[in-house]
Amino acid sequence: MADDFLHFMVYLTRKIEFSASHLYHNPAFSAEENRRVFGKCNNPHGHGHNYVLEVTVAGEPDPATGMVLDLKELKEILQREVTDRMDHRFLNYEVPELAGQIPTCENIAAVIWRLLESKITRGHLNRVRLYETPDLFVDCYGEGNGAHPNAGGAR
Amino acid sequence: MKIQLSRRYRFSASHRLHSAQLGEDENKRVYGKCNNPYGHGHNYVVEVSVSGPVDQATGMIANLTDLDAFVDSEVIEPFDHKYLNEEIAEFRESVPTTENICIEIFNRLRLFPRARLERVRVEETGLNSFEYAGESSGATHE
Repeated sequence: MADDFLHFMVYLTRKIEFSASHLYHNPAFSAEENRRVFGKCNNPHGHGHNYVLEVTVAGEPDPATGMVLDLKELKEILQREVTDRMDHRFLNYEVPELAGQIPTCENIAAVIWRLLESKITRGHLNRVRLYETPDLFVDCYGEGNGAHPNAGGAR
Repeated sequence: MKIQLSRRYRFSASHRLHSAQLGEDENKRVYGKCNNPYGHGHNYVVEVSVSGPVDQATGMIANLTDLDAFVDSEVIEPFDHKYLNEEIAEFRESVPTTENICIEIFNRLRLFPRARLERVRVEETGLNSFEYAGESSGATHE
């Protein structure tokens, strides 16, 4: 019976939101250069966003459960690794993984990718998409994981 | 890990779908309402994706100020509040379907100097969208 089961790669996506503040400032730049490169994002008191995170896990559904991985398990991983670390935090000062980095959408997404990659033990982490606003987002993909259906290119 | 940055832009424009290679009846049959001789318009959304190394000094693939200025001068300024069939040279020759608009926008943005253009996705309405990732794009995104 199991041999008759069709093996399809399925992409499961879970979305969470967190709100955080940040500012862009490179201590190696002069004050003027910081303002020129980072614009309003250089405001010394910081500013905030409602971030939306979409985490995609790829895998074949387990024939016994019909699941790639248990959504409850994924929810707990996201709560522990992302929400508890970043929600209602000032990212520059309160998230050690971002220490010494400019907390741009690129760097936050990459930190989230690294935090999650080893924690996803069923299927594999396929994509992390982080929206800073509805009009600006960053995607991280694994090398050689194969394409997410939304990775672009031909479908 | 591969990383890419995407940004959404908007323009509003009118167009008419009419092919010089088809007769009047055939145009009406193929394009339906979109063949109305006076044209009609949409609020288009353009999603632009770029990739490249994250500059450690800025934390950025590309500074949004540069990307916004480039997209604005190459696409938004020429396309916004225009009649695409007449006012974009490319569409005097080809039909301004969203497929062709997507390819034209990709071609206009591929020379962005600060990062590699990965993909352009155009929403004609909230219910349909088209993507183009260049001629050499295959089934996988590597």
